[in-house]
Amino acid sequence: MQTKVENNKAWFLVMPVFLIVAFSAIIPLMTVVNYSVQDIFDPYTRYFVGTEWFKQVMLDSRLHEALLRQFIYSFTILAIEVPLGICVALMMPTKGRGASLALILVAIPLLIPWNVVGTIWQIFGRADIGLFGAFMAEIGVDYNYASNTTDAWLTVILMDVWHWTPLVALLCYSGLRAIPEVYYQAARIDQASRWAVFRHIQLPKLTNVLIIGVLLRFMDSFMIYTEPFVLTGGGPGSSTTFLSQSLVQQAIGQFDIGPAAAFSLVYFLIILLVCWVFYTTIMNMQKDK
Amino acid sequence: MEWMSWTLPTALFFSGIAIILIGMTAWQIVSPSIERRGFIPLETTRGDRLFIGLLSSAFIHLAFVALTNADLAVATALCVIWMVILMRWG
Repeated sequence: MQTKVENNKAWFLVMPVFLIVAFSAIIPLMTVVNYSVQDIFDPYTRYFVGTEWFKQVMLDSRLHEALLRQFIYSFTILAIEVPLGICVALMMPTKGRGASLALILVAIPLLIPWNVVGTIWQIFGRADIGLFGAFMAEIGVDYNYASNTTDAWLTVILMDVWHWTPLVALLCYSGLRAIPEVYYQAARIDQASRWAVFRHIQLPKLTNVLIIGVLLRFMDSFMIYTEPFVLTGGGPGSSTTFLSQSLVQQAIGQFDIGPAAAFSLVYFLIILLVCWVFYTTIMNMQKDK
Repeated sequence: MEWMSWTLPTALFFSGIAIILIGMTAWQIVSPSIERRGFIPLETTRGDRLFIGLLSSAFIHLAFVALTNADLAVATALCVIWMVILMRWG
């Protein structure tokens, strides 16, 4: 019998990543924790205030509203992007030049920087010079994302769906390509319907890529800043002001470092909790199978 | 280190976390954890239970800060009891 040799040399290969993560994430996070318990006037004048900022942040109604908006936004885009991404992946050609062309076309929105996406949609939605805005005006819909809350939400959601559904679609496409042909042959022998093939072969095989897709999209959308900032500036009023924008207003606009640090930590804990719930649920669904 | 604006309570907090992580690593090397199901409806390892315990403790502290004016030491004491229960029977 062959025995498996175990050694810990692989840890040395992980060390560079660990060091990068330490410098880019762990040390800044520790610094934010330090800021969150102090009132900071300038780099040399700071006072320990205990949990005062946390109390202030936890009772701030503006932040409660921003949090609610953030959850509505993230769950809405997930509810649209995941099924839509799967549909797009299922419809994409699998062989020949068509497959390469489809991959390139689908990937284009992913290559565009966030602030450019915001600008594109800002122009696209304008009734005077934008195609979408002009089309809505033409069919008699009173659409104005700058003054109407519903229109602003619709545009912000459409923009995210346009920008990020390709990511889900490409992940699903790679997952679908990894399914061996024998599964489909077996399905054909059993005369399985298209729906049965999807439900019992494709969807189970897509679980892993969907875990990654849902987690990436949730985390990304929960931290969204640039696109809504460029498109609506958080308005009309504060109807599209999400958490990161509130945070930036507090940290950079008002230079309230202490409360902003406390806010960041609450924000971080919420993301950590939701991601853990998602991850655990999906992993357990897999185990139960 | 001055730029990180350290305070004694945050230094103690991070030292505590570091000691827990080192301790858990040593424990794992001496006796590797086996997944099991306790009162949490999930199969968890020791590390999973520690993570759940730390995360829930953070939320317990936040709830205490937001909803009460009680001393935070009460929340910490509750969390220590909760962590012991979770690690042993979770």
